[in-house]
Amino acid sequence: MPEPLFGLKHLFGIADLTREQIQSLVDLGDDFIDINTRSVKKAPTLRGRTVINLFFENSTRTRTSFEIAGKRLSADVINISASTSATKKGETLLDTGQTLAAMQPHVLVIRHSVAGTCEFLSEFLDNTALINAGDGSHEHPTQILTDLLTLKRSMGDIEGKTMTIVGDIAHSRVARSHMLAAKIMGYNVRIVAPKTLLPAFVENYGCEIFHDFDEALNGTDILYMLRVQTERLTTNCCFPSIREYHETYGLNMKRLKAAGEHCKVMHPGPMNRGVEIATDVADSMKSLILEQVEHGVAIRMAALTALCGGATEE
Amino acid sequence: MTDILIKHGRVIDPANNIDEVCDVWVENGKVAGVGKFDGQAAQTIDAKGLIVCPGLIDMHVHLREPGEEWKEDIESGSQAAVAGGITTICTMPNTEPCIDHAGIVLQVINRAKEIGLCNLRPIGAVTRNLKGTELTEMRELSRSGAVAFSDDGQPIWHAGVMRKALEYSSSFGYLIIQHAEEKQLTDGGSVNEGWVSTQLGVQGMPVEGEDSMIARDIMLTRRANARYHVAHISSKGAVEQVRLAQQEGLQVTAEAAPHHFALTENEVLNFNADAKMSPPLRTEEDRLAVIEGLRDGTIEVIATDHAPHHEDDKRCGLSCAAFGIVGLETMLPISLDLERAGVLSMLDLIAKMTTNPARLLNIPEGSLSQGNAADICIFDSKAKWILDREKLFSKGRNTPWHGRTMTGQVQYTLKDGKVVFEKGQIHD
Repeated sequence: MPEPLFGLKHLFGIADLTREQIQSLVDLGDDFIDINTRSVKKAPTLRGRTVINLFFENSTRTRTSFEIAGKRLSADVINISASTSATKKGETLLDTGQTLAAMQPHVLVIRHSVAGTCEFLSEFLDNTALINAGDGSHEHPTQILTDLLTLKRSMGDIEGKTMTIVGDIAHSRVARSHMLAAKIMGYNVRIVAPKTLLPAFVENYGCEIFHDFDEALNGTDILYMLRVQTERLTTNCCFPSIREYHETYGLNMKRLKAAGEHCKVMHPGPMNRGVEIATDVADSMKSLILEQVEHGVAIRMAALTALCGGATEE
Repeated sequence: MTDILIKHGRVIDPANNIDEVCDVWVENGKVAGVGKFDGQAAQTIDAKGLIVCPGLIDMHVHLREPGEEWKEDIESGSQAAVAGGITTICTMPNTEPCIDHAGIVLQVINRAKEIGLCNLRPIGAVTRNLKGTELTEMRELSRSGAVAFSDDGQPIWHAGVMRKALEYSSSFGYLIIQHAEEKQLTDGGSVNEGWVSTQLGVQGMPVEGEDSMIARDIMLTRRANARYHVAHISSKGAVEQVRLAQQEGLQVTAEAAPHHFALTENEVLNFNADAKMSPPLRTEEDRLAVIEGLRDGTIEVIATDHAPHHEDDKRCGLSCAAFGIVGLETMLPISLDLERAGVLSMLDLIAKMTTNPARLLNIPEGSLSQGNAADICIFDSKAKWILDREKLFSKGRNTPWHGRTMTGQVQYTLKDGKVVFEKGQIHD
């Protein structure tokens, strides 16, 4: 197996990373941005490496992003969409993982609705590096690395900056990973949600908690809007209506202006226009949303390179 | 002539308030005497340095037979029991079919008798098919051998049904055992709701799920003047409520499982499905409250909630994994920690696994009184061993204690005066 870079055997979550590892991944991603804008978008870095994207949950941007990242670095990339219900009836998650690992890929990129899927599989798979592309409400490390790269290019050093995350914190792996990264990288996170959308003891992350969005605006450098799962809101009684949600927690121009000229807008996608974010805000000059998507490819190139792009022994 | 003489052991017999080094002798399968033996015995067990106590009773066991024998059957469960010094097990009714009519009660009792290792005293279902709507024929179940009633695995969730169950059962003096869990609060959860569930990103089961149902049940117990027993009590709030109910004079009792006084929710921080059970492992504060409840007598019984599962049902990620852990073979060593920590005297500790459950269930086991069946456990309270899940007699491998050092080891288990377990081996 290739020697991993930055001391990374797997990429499970931000919780396992050091400041240096995060910095190295972000910087490596920064170096890769250039390839993506060339006319010939190909480098030989991962020639001879095999990457399998194993997605048990629907995903357009993350899966495509990993696929393009692997292909631009000359890896052989295979995409598998497995539905959780199909595996429940037939093959187990463990069997699927072991079967694919037996085909000797270098990296398995996994998205699954069960938190801890990568940690669980890693106990049984010896020679395959695992990347967590989102596990339940647990972690989504490459999204956070993507955001950090975007912020680095947009506003330089993030240390001391304040990111305000708005929405369904309780079920958000992105929010959790950011709250962990904030501690490691030295930025502040404010979270904004009603109590129905906050997980237990969220204050232990060391974040400021707001129920009133307007109170959180002053002093915010980045407004980070989370996708609202509309079905979750109403059936689980987390919120009475989309209308009231948009009114209370939606980002509109008025709120964006109140946050100040310097404030940027982010969203991990996919957006619900008119729910958590107004269309004019999403399309405004303050929005970094498409940069996030673009930099997502570079970060996934960095993650794949870190796990299987090192020197081989042969 | 005396059949078996157990010499020079430290005899702990809570029913007779005995804690002294002496002899126990057995004739015709019965306890013939406790004291200084003077005579001839066909077989002598030297128990010097060991503790001799009544065979333990575990009033909360899932054996999976009939219906799910690949997880556990009455034979493997009986072997696990006697390996743990347990000679009487009360099996919960959530088998397939469930124990909701006399035929199944007789079937499981007879199967255990054929195997002959330990007493099996079934707990009958409260509601037909454990559906929570219609009461079972408790009179007939009781006549057939059911010693208490529970829908364990599921709560008796419907307040109206619970009220009627308490009223009906208490008309005849029966005990209702409740798995207290308000499902509307806990559905979809895998672990205790708190900082641990938040960090893991898995849905939690709030402590109020347990506490609120116990609060409701105590009110109904008061009105019905019934006998209500809280299974596997796990929270501080639950212990406090049971304590208050007892101070008021209500017939409210509780049992605690070893994992709830030995472990906390931190066990699942690495997504360990072998530390997933219901109710879940809770916080250190809850754990200490359970210990205090055991110390002051609020919790009278230690019972395992032995819940064997097949590996396939545990190896699928934490939130998909089945609830429950095995416990028959670890109950004694884990519980002995309470004595070593000075929480309970040896006499009080053993009482929670012998006389106390026997009294609640109104069964004759659990004492070394002369003429009682010679069900006896002989153990070394100081022997250290490492738990290897592959070496369990249970078919279940789902234990959070794999690889950990246990202090306290069963040397002999006697059932009806016959050695059924000796130094790691089952005697058929």
